[in-house]
Amino acid sequence: MKLGRRQEGRWAWRLTGFVTLCVYIFMFAPIVATVILSFNASMFGGFPMTGFSLQWYGKLMANEQVLTAFRTSLWIALVTSAVTTAIGVVTAFALVRFEFPGKQALSTLVILPALVPETILGVGLLVLIKAIDQPRTMLLLVLGHILLAVPYVVLITQARMVGIRRVYEEAALSLGASRFSSFREITLPLLIPAVVGGALLAFTISFDNTSASLFWRPAGVETMPTQILSMLKISISPEINALGTVMILVTVGIPLVGGLILQSLTRLKRRDQPKEETL
Amino acid sequence: MPDSQDATSNPRPASAGAANAGEAAGANSPAVEFRDIDIAYGKFVAVRDFSLSIAKGSFVTLLGPSGCGKTTILRSIAGLVDISGGQIMIDGRRVDDVPIYKRNIGLVFQSYALFPHKTVFDNVAFGLKYRNVPKPEIVRRVGKALEMVRLPGSEKKLPSQLSGGQQQRIALARAIVFEPQVLLLDEPLSALDANMREEMRVEIKKIQKETGITAIFVTHDQEEALSMSDRIVVMNQGAVEQIGTPQQVYDTPATAFVADFLGKANMLAGTVSASATAVLLATGQTVNVACPRPLAQGSKVTVVVRPQKLSVGAAAGANVLSGRVVSASYLGGSAIYEIDIGGKANIRANAPISGRVLREGEPIDLGFDPGDCVLLDEAGQRIS
Repeated sequence: MKLGRRQEGRWAWRLTGFVTLCVYIFMFAPIVATVILSFNASMFGGFPMTGFSLQWYGKLMANEQVLTAFRTSLWIALVTSAVTTAIGVVTAFALVRFEFPGKQALSTLVILPALVPETILGVGLLVLIKAIDQPRTMLLLVLGHILLAVPYVVLITQARMVGIRRVYEEAALSLGASRFSSFREITLPLLIPAVVGGALLAFTISFDNTSASLFWRPAGVETMPTQILSMLKISISPEINALGTVMILVTVGIPLVGGLILQSLTRLKRRDQPKEETL
Repeated sequence: MPDSQDATSNPRPASAGAANAGEAAGANSPAVEFRDIDIAYGKFVAVRDFSLSIAKGSFVTLLGPSGCGKTTILRSIAGLVDISGGQIMIDGRRVDDVPIYKRNIGLVFQSYALFPHKTVFDNVAFGLKYRNVPKPEIVRRVGKALEMVRLPGSEKKLPSQLSGGQQQRIALARAIVFEPQVLLLDEPLSALDANMREEMRVEIKKIQKETGITAIFVTHDQEEALSMSDRIVVMNQGAVEQIGTPQQVYDTPATAFVADFLGKANMLAGTVSASATAVLLATGQTVNVACPRPLAQGSKVTVVVRPQKLSVGAAAGANVLSGRVVSASYLGGSAIYEIDIGGKANIRANAPISGRVLREGEPIDLGFDPGDCVLLDEAGQRIS
């Protein structure tokens, strides 16, 4: 009986392992395929590969349209990231530390763009712009991206802010620091992990964004995702695989590197300190 | 915090201490003075009609159960709580409208509140930095403060590398290094374990004496209050019950609340009988009491006796009451007995041991000297 149950348990584990493996394959196979095929020598994207080649990356580097789209996306993402982080930190600080009329309403409103389907938001903003008779500009596109990213940054910062006890700020004030100084010297440094995390997330949200960008971009401007879409309309060339690989590198690599830098920074700081001795 | 206030409870004794009402700032004005302070959060009144004058260099404790308003008072001096009425003066200067960072007070928190991302040096130097003290002077004074709290050389450590007691010492150093006008301590010992607590008690008191700083200490622990203070302010439900030296509040509690809160005194209800110094207890026995003024016959009184003032067994000479031991705790030099003498509550006696410790259920005699009790009237106020 005992043996039977153990046998049963082993099978249950094997099944769990198998299902998990399937899920991972399902999730990552397309990504892996894209990356591998970007090194394919053949003109026709597909297995089996005919040889290893970097020619598609070379072509990419020579493609002025792609380079322009990349630069555009990079700029938009950087600006979005910077502005969103500033807005997010200030909003989270206000929402956690102060009581004011309409606080509940504000906290819901800030999160709303994350709940509304992106397409609706895209159309909505477009309709608004048309209604007040304004052209679609780069500014609009950036503002749109900020709108999309703010909820996530606020949520991340708010979660961290709640964990920072008010007593630190009170201590700073009692020692003679003004409200601004105590925010700069105490609250902000304690908030840094959330600030960095929020900035990276805002960057990737903007860099990745496809559907809303399609609505908002000014005539003739392409971001990386819209550029890929328009290239796909013509053909599925291996160049797109190379472009996809670059996209993956940027959107996965940047947060990863950011996280590592943050981790090693805190570790370095700790190593700087002498080991505890009993006093 | 109690959510309701019984506004009609005991009339409070308004013995606000020697009011040094000199308006002008100067050497003679008290370090801190409260005049008719009211503090309310919406409809909830946390503190009402609080007046107190604190002499320079003294150690004053606000003592009371949680929710009595003592921390609120402390935070109002710091400027962390707005007062709804009255005036607060520091060194004769009105500070009600002065923002917290301009008040020049040192604050020590229950949870230490050391900045976790700053070293011990940066923590202690924080207040000096905002007072534009030159760098070499900062280094010197931080070093001196750390020596004072007996943690010299710990400048480069982070708070997380220190024990609770060490962190609280750094917090103390940080609060006194810039020589504030007042040092406020908000239950600074309650997060420490028992041994450390006693050590820190002595240390805080010593540092306060050495520096001559005016200290206001908030606690709910009567032992801390009695051992450290020059004066104790006993508070309950947002109002003052009694102000006095530790001995005054312990030996002659002004109200039933003070008698009960400090040292769990025995309260014996009774009626003044034929003789003006005899009280017929509700349990049937008659006891003689020494009273500062003649008592009206038939008036209801409460006889308050400290457990330490009761003698048991053969030692019970005057006012002998008989009862049975409910429980006995042996403490080495003395024993604490819970004794049932037929009343609603058991009597507690803390008596030196002569012979053997009596066991549960055994009959016991106890007695007290007529001069060793305090009489309270029907409203719970001391008859004086």
